[in-house]
Amino acid sequence: MGVEQKLGDMGIVTTKLEELVNWSRTNAMWPMLFGLACCAIEMMAAQASHYDMSRFGMELMRASPRQSDLMIVAGRVSRKMAPVVRRLYDQMPEPKWAIAMGDCASCGGVFNNYAILQGVDEIIPVDVYVAGCPPRPEALIHGVVTLYEKVKGEKFKDLAVVK
Amino acid sequence: MDKKHEKIVQALQEKFSATYEDFRDEVHVFIKAEQIVEALTLLHDKYEFELLSALTATDYYPQQTPRFHVVYQLSSLAKNITLQLRVPVNGDQPKVPTATRVYDTANWREREVFDMFGIQFEGHPDPRRILSPEGMEGHPLRKDFPLGYEEPQFTFNYDDIDLKKIYAKE
Repeated sequence: MGVEQKLGDMGIVTTKLEELVNWSRTNAMWPMLFGLACCAIEMMAAQASHYDMSRFGMELMRASPRQSDLMIVAGRVSRKMAPVVRRLYDQMPEPKWAIAMGDCASCGGVFNNYAILQGVDEIIPVDVYVAGCPPRPEALIHGVVTLYEKVKGEKFKDLAVVK
Repeated sequence: MDKKHEKIVQALQEKFSATYEDFRDEVHVFIKAEQIVEALTLLHDKYEFELLSALTATDYYPQQTPRFHVVYQLSSLAKNITLQLRVPVNGDQPKVPTATRVYDTANWREREVFDMFGIQFEGHPDPRRILSPEGMEGHPLRKDFPLGYEEPQFTFNYDDIDLKKIYAKE
Protein backbone atom coordinates (compact mmCIF):
# COMPACT_ATOMS: atom_id res chain seq x y z
CA MET A 1 0.00 0.00 0.00
CA GLY A 2 1.50 3.27 -1.08
CA VAL A 3 1.28 6.58 0.74
CA GLU A 4 -1.26 7.83 -1.83
CA GLN A 5 -3.91 5.37 -0.71
CA LYS A 6 -3.31 6.21 2.91
CA LEU A 7 -3.68 9.90 2.30
CA GLY A 8 -6.77 9.66 0.13
CA ASP A 9 -7.76 13.03 -1.12
CA MET A 10 -6.45 14.93 1.84
CA GLY A 11 -3.42 16.19 -0.14
CA ILE A 12 -1.65 17.36 2.96
CA VAL A 13 0.38 15.70 5.69
CA THR A 14 1.90 17.21 8.80
CA THR A 15 5.08 16.09 10.50
CA LYS A 16 8.06 17.53 12.28
CA LEU A 17 10.85 18.89 10.07
CA GLU A 18 13.42 16.98 12.11
CA GLU A 19 11.65 13.70 11.49
CA LEU A 20 11.21 14.41 7.80
CA VAL A 21 14.88 15.26 7.35
CA ASN A 22 16.05 12.24 9.33
CA TRP A 23 13.69 10.00 7.35
CA SER A 24 15.03 11.31 4.07
CA ARG A 25 18.61 10.85 5.23
CA THR A 26 18.03 7.21 6.11
CA ASN A 27 16.50 6.54 2.72
CA ALA A 28 19.39 7.88 0.68
CA MET A 29 22.50 7.12 2.64
CA TRP A 30 25.33 6.53 0.24
CA PRO A 31 28.34 4.63 1.56
CA MET A 32 31.84 5.26 0.40
CA LEU A 33 33.32 2.73 -2.00
CA PHE A 34 36.36 1.40 -0.23
CA GLY A 35 37.40 -1.77 1.51
CA LEU A 36 40.53 -2.68 3.41
CA ALA A 37 40.45 -6.48 3.68
CA CYS A 38 38.28 -9.59 3.48
CA CYS A 39 35.26 -7.81 5.03
CA ALA A 40 35.08 -5.82 1.81
CA ILE A 41 34.13 -9.02 -0.02
CA GLU A 42 31.11 -9.46 2.25
CA MET A 43 30.31 -5.79 1.80
CA MET A 44 30.31 -6.30 -1.97
CA ALA A 45 28.04 -9.32 -1.50
CA ALA A 46 25.67 -7.21 0.58
CA GLN A 47 25.66 -4.63 -2.17
CA ALA A 48 25.10 -7.10 -5.01
CA SER A 49 21.81 -8.47 -6.29
CA HIS A 50 21.34 -11.36 -3.86
CA TYR A 51 21.24 -9.28 -0.67
CA ASP A 52 20.71 -5.95 -2.44
CA MET A 53 21.47 -3.16 -0.02
CA SER A 54 19.71 -0.73 -2.35
CA ARG A 55 16.47 -1.92 -0.73
CA PHE A 56 17.61 0.23 2.17
CA GLY A 57 18.41 3.32 0.15
CA MET A 58 22.02 2.49 -0.59
CA GLU A 59 21.74 2.72 -4.34
CA LEU A 60 25.30 3.65 -4.90
CA MET A 61 28.71 3.22 -3.40
CA ARG A 62 30.32 6.56 -4.04
CA ALA A 63 33.94 6.44 -5.10
CA SER A 64 34.50 9.94 -3.76
CA PRO A 65 34.34 10.86 -0.09
CA ARG A 66 32.80 14.22 -1.04
CA GLN A 67 29.64 12.49 -2.25
CA SER A 68 29.21 9.97 0.54
CA ASP A 69 27.38 10.02 3.88
CA LEU A 70 28.54 6.78 5.40
CA MET A 71 31.95 5.24 5.87
CA ILE A 72 31.92 1.47 6.17
CA VAL A 73 35.36 0.55 7.48
CA ALA A 74 35.54 -2.99 6.10
CA GLY A 75 38.71 -4.67 7.30
CA ARG A 76 41.73 -4.22 9.52
CA VAL A 77 43.25 -0.75 9.54
CA SER A 78 47.02 -0.84 9.56
CA ARG A 79 48.91 1.96 11.25
CA LYS A 80 50.23 3.05 7.89
CA MET A 81 46.67 3.25 6.52
CA ALA A 82 45.27 5.09 9.54
CA PRO A 83 46.16 8.66 8.42
CA VAL A 84 44.60 7.92 5.03
CA VAL A 85 41.34 6.69 6.56
CA ARG A 86 41.22 9.78 8.76
CA ARG A 87 41.80 12.06 5.79
CA LEU A 88 38.99 10.36 3.83
CA TYR A 89 36.69 10.80 6.82
CA ASP A 90 37.61 14.47 7.06
CA GLN A 91 36.78 14.94 3.39
CA MET A 92 33.23 13.66 3.81
CA PRO A 93 30.63 16.41 4.15
CA GLU A 94 28.55 16.67 7.33
CA PRO A 95 26.40 14.97 8.44
CA LYS A 96 28.39 11.76 8.27
CA TRP A 97 28.34 8.38 9.95
CA ALA A 98 30.73 5.47 10.32
CA ILE A 99 30.25 1.73 10.68
CA ALA A 100 33.10 -0.44 11.94
CA MET A 101 32.51 -3.65 10.03
CA GLY A 102 33.98 -6.82 11.48
CA ASP A 103 36.11 -7.66 14.49
CA CYS A 104 39.31 -6.06 13.19
CA ALA A 105 37.80 -2.65 12.54
CA SER A 106 35.96 -2.82 15.86
CA CYS A 107 38.77 -3.86 18.21
CA GLY A 108 41.76 -5.17 16.28
CA GLY A 109 40.35 -8.70 16.12
CA VAL A 110 42.99 -11.40 16.09
CA PHE A 111 45.68 -8.89 15.15
CA ASN A 112 46.90 -7.84 18.57
CA ASN A 113 50.19 -6.46 17.27
CA TYR A 114 52.22 -3.39 16.37
CA ALA A 115 51.01 -3.10 12.78
CA ILE A 116 47.23 -2.96 13.23
CA LEU A 117 45.10 -0.26 14.83
CA GLN A 118 43.26 -1.72 17.83
CA GLY A 119 39.88 -0.56 16.57
CA VAL A 120 39.16 2.16 14.04
CA ASP A 121 37.49 4.15 16.86
CA GLU A 122 40.98 5.32 17.77
CA ILE A 123 40.96 7.63 14.74
CA ILE A 124 37.33 8.20 13.73
CA PRO A 125 34.10 8.27 15.80
CA VAL A 126 32.14 5.08 15.12
CA ASP A 127 28.32 4.86 15.26
CA VAL A 128 27.72 1.14 14.86
CA TYR A 129 30.00 -1.86 15.40
CA VAL A 130 29.24 -5.02 13.43
CA ALA A 131 30.74 -8.17 14.95
CA GLY A 132 31.86 -11.15 12.90
CA CYS A 133 34.91 -12.40 11.11
CA PRO A 134 33.83 -11.46 8.53
CA PRO A 135 30.19 -10.58 9.25
CA ARG A 136 27.69 -12.05 6.80
CA PRO A 137 25.85 -9.64 4.50
CA GLU A 138 22.75 -9.98 6.73
CA ALA A 139 24.83 -8.80 9.69
CA LEU A 140 26.05 -5.77 7.79
CA ILE A 141 22.51 -4.94 6.68
CA HIS A 142 21.41 -5.30 10.30
CA GLY A 143 24.14 -2.87 11.26
CA VAL A 144 22.91 -0.44 8.62
CA VAL A 145 19.32 -0.70 9.83
CA THR A 146 20.54 -0.17 13.40
CA LEU A 147 22.28 2.97 12.20
CA TYR A 148 19.00 4.10 10.59
CA GLU A 149 17.25 3.74 13.92
CA LYS A 150 19.96 5.89 15.46
CA VAL A 151 19.70 8.51 12.72
CA LYS A 152 15.91 8.65 13.05
CA GLY A 153 16.35 9.62 16.70
CA GLU A 154 18.91 12.35 16.06
CA LYS A 155 18.18 15.91 17.16
CA PHE A 156 19.40 18.85 15.13
CA LYS A 157 20.86 20.51 18.16
CA ASP A 158 23.11 17.50 18.83
CA LEU A 159 24.70 17.44 15.39
CA ALA A 160 28.32 18.49 14.96
CA VAL A 161 27.43 21.03 12.24
CA VAL A 162 25.25 23.00 14.64
CA LYS A 163 27.82 22.93 17.39
CA MET B 1 78.33 -30.36 -2.88
CA ASP B 2 78.37 -30.82 -6.64
CA LYS B 3 81.12 -29.85 -9.07
CA LYS B 4 79.51 -26.61 -10.16
CA HIS B 5 79.59 -25.30 -6.61
CA GLU B 6 83.05 -26.63 -5.72
CA LYS B 7 85.03 -24.23 -7.88
CA ILE B 8 83.08 -21.21 -6.70
CA VAL B 9 83.28 -22.07 -3.02
CA GLN B 10 86.99 -22.80 -3.37
CA ALA B 11 87.58 -19.40 -4.94
CA LEU B 12 85.65 -17.71 -2.14
CA GLN B 13 87.60 -19.65 0.47
CA GLU B 14 90.93 -18.61 -1.01
CA LYS B 15 90.07 -14.99 -1.54
CA PHE B 16 88.00 -14.18 1.55
CA SER B 17 88.99 -17.02 3.92
CA ALA B 18 85.30 -17.89 3.96
CA THR B 19 83.78 -20.91 5.69
CA TYR B 20 80.86 -22.87 4.30
CA GLU B 21 78.04 -25.21 5.30
CA ASP B 22 76.60 -27.84 3.03
CA PHE B 23 73.12 -29.11 3.77
CA ARG B 24 71.21 -31.30 1.31
CA ASP B 25 73.01 -29.80 -1.67
CA GLU B 26 72.40 -26.26 -0.54
CA VAL B 27 75.61 -24.36 0.05
CA HIS B 28 75.85 -21.51 2.53
CA VAL B 29 79.05 -19.48 2.47
CA PHE B 30 79.87 -17.27 5.43
CA ILE B 31 81.56 -13.97 4.59
CA LYS B 32 82.74 -11.10 6.77
CA ALA B 33 80.68 -7.92 6.56
CA GLU B 34 83.50 -5.76 5.17
CA GLN B 35 84.13 -8.24 2.33
CA ILE B 36 80.56 -8.83 1.17
CA VAL B 37 80.50 -6.23 -1.61
CA GLU B 38 83.75 -7.57 -3.04
CA ALA B 39 82.43 -11.14 -2.87
CA LEU B 40 79.14 -10.19 -4.54
CA THR B 41 81.01 -8.32 -7.27
CA LEU B 42 83.19 -11.36 -7.93
CA LEU B 43 80.21 -13.71 -8.10
CA HIS B 44 78.25 -11.31 -10.29
CA ASP B 45 81.04 -10.56 -12.77
CA LYS B 46 83.04 -13.78 -12.92
CA TYR B 47 80.65 -16.58 -11.93
CA GLU B 48 77.52 -15.33 -13.71
CA PHE B 49 75.28 -14.93 -10.67
CA GLU B 50 73.21 -12.31 -12.43
CA LEU B 51 70.21 -12.52 -10.10
CA LEU B 52 69.90 -11.62 -6.43
CA SER B 53 66.72 -13.56 -5.80
CA ALA B 54 66.45 -12.76 -2.11
CA LEU B 55 68.08 -10.54 0.45
CA THR B 56 66.84 -11.08 3.95
CA ALA B 57 68.02 -11.60 7.50
CA THR B 58 67.52 -13.92 10.45
CA ASP B 59 67.67 -13.19 14.17
CA TYR B 60 69.11 -16.07 16.23
CA TYR B 61 68.81 -14.26 19.57
CA PRO B 62 69.31 -15.62 22.23
CA GLN B 63 70.72 -18.94 20.97
CA GLN B 64 73.63 -17.64 18.87
CA THR B 65 76.18 -14.88 18.88
CA PRO B 66 76.51 -13.01 16.55
CA ARG B 67 72.74 -12.81 16.61
CA PHE B 68 71.96 -11.67 13.03
CA HIS B 69 72.67 -13.34 9.72
CA VAL B 70 72.13 -11.21 6.64
CA VAL B 71 71.29 -13.67 3.88
CA TYR B 72 72.00 -13.14 0.18
CA GLN B 73 70.39 -15.74 -2.06
CA LEU B 74 72.03 -15.67 -5.47
CA SER B 75 70.90 -17.43 -8.65
CA SER B 76 72.72 -18.07 -11.84
CA LEU B 77 70.35 -18.54 -14.74
CA ALA B 78 73.25 -19.31 -17.08
CA LYS B 79 74.58 -22.16 -14.91
CA ASN B 80 71.31 -23.13 -13.25
CA ILE B 81 72.67 -23.06 -9.70
CA THR B 82 71.95 -21.12 -6.53
CA LEU B 83 74.29 -20.03 -3.78
CA GLN B 84 73.65 -18.51 -0.40
CA LEU B 85 75.96 -15.99 1.22
CA ARG B 86 75.57 -15.23 4.90
CA VAL B 87 77.01 -12.29 6.81
CA PRO B 88 76.92 -12.69 10.59
CA VAL B 89 76.64 -9.37 12.45
CA ASN B 90 76.12 -8.51 16.08
CA GLY B 91 75.06 -5.65 18.30
CA ASP B 92 72.10 -3.33 18.60
CA GLN B 93 72.90 -1.27 15.51
CA PRO B 94 74.78 -3.62 13.21
CA LYS B 95 76.22 -2.23 10.01
CA VAL B 96 76.72 -3.94 6.66
CA PRO B 97 77.91 -2.26 3.44
CA THR B 98 75.16 -1.87 0.86
CA ALA B 99 74.90 -4.21 -2.12
CA THR B 100 73.03 -1.68 -4.28
CA ARG B 101 76.14 -0.93 -6.35
CA VAL B 102 76.22 -4.57 -7.51
CA TYR B 103 72.52 -5.50 -7.59
CA ASP B 104 69.91 -2.76 -8.06
CA THR B 105 67.21 -4.94 -6.55
CA ALA B 106 69.02 -4.78 -3.21
CA ASN B 107 67.68 -1.27 -2.71
CA TRP B 108 64.18 -2.10 -1.46
CA ARG B 109 65.24 -5.39 0.12
CA GLU B 110 67.84 -3.66 2.25
CA ARG B 111 65.21 -1.12 3.26
CA GLU B 112 62.99 -3.99 4.36
CA VAL B 113 65.80 -5.65 6.32
CA PHE B 114 66.50 -2.31 7.98
CA ASP B 115 62.81 -1.86 8.75
CA MET B 116 62.31 -5.31 10.24
CA PHE B 117 65.71 -5.98 11.88
CA GLY B 118 67.37 -2.59 12.29
CA ILE B 119 70.45 -3.61 10.34
CA GLN B 120 71.94 -0.51 8.75
CA PHE B 121 73.32 -0.64 5.25
CA GLU B 122 76.16 1.83 4.87
CA GLY B 123 76.09 3.84 1.66
CA HIS B 124 72.45 2.98 0.90
CA PRO B 125 70.96 5.66 -1.40
CA ASP B 126 67.60 5.84 0.44
CA PRO B 127 67.86 4.42 3.97
CA ARG B 128 64.21 4.79 5.08
CA ARG B 129 61.72 2.28 6.44
CA ILE B 130 59.69 0.63 3.69
CA LEU B 131 56.73 -1.17 5.32
CA SER B 132 56.15 0.41 8.72
CA PRO B 133 54.97 3.98 9.09
CA GLU B 134 57.65 6.60 9.58
CA GLY B 135 58.41 7.40 13.19
CA MET B 136 57.69 3.88 14.43
CA GLU B 137 59.96 2.71 17.22
CA GLY B 138 61.71 -0.65 17.23
CA HIS B 139 62.18 -3.34 14.64
CA PRO B 140 59.38 -5.93 14.68
CA LEU B 141 61.14 -9.08 13.47
CA ARG B 142 63.77 -8.94 16.20
CA LYS B 143 63.28 -11.71 18.71
CA ASP B 144 63.25 -9.25 21.63
CA PHE B 145 60.41 -7.20 20.11
CA PRO B 146 57.24 -7.57 22.25
CA LEU B 147 54.71 -10.02 20.79
CA GLY B 148 51.38 -8.51 21.81
CA TYR B 149 50.31 -4.91 21.65
CA GLU B 150 47.24 -4.39 23.83
CA GLU B 151 46.07 -6.32 26.87
CA PRO B 152 43.00 -8.36 25.86
CA GLN B 153 39.73 -7.13 27.32
CA PHE B 154 37.65 -9.59 29.36
CA THR B 155 34.77 -9.13 31.78
CA PHE B 156 37.03 -8.93 34.84
CA ASN B 157 39.23 -6.12 33.48
CA TYR B 158 36.73 -4.48 31.15
CA ASP B 159 36.67 -1.09 32.87
CA ASP B 160 40.45 -0.80 33.35
CA ILE B 161 41.12 -1.41 29.67
CA ASP B 162 38.27 0.84 28.61
CA LEU B 163 39.76 3.75 30.55
CA LYS B 164 43.09 3.34 28.78
CA LYS B 165 41.59 3.28 25.29
CA ILE B 166 41.83 6.39 23.15
CA TYR B 167 38.49 7.04 21.48
CA ALA B 168 38.39 9.55 18.64
CA LYS B 169 35.97 12.43 18.99
CA GLU B 170 34.90 13.97 15.66
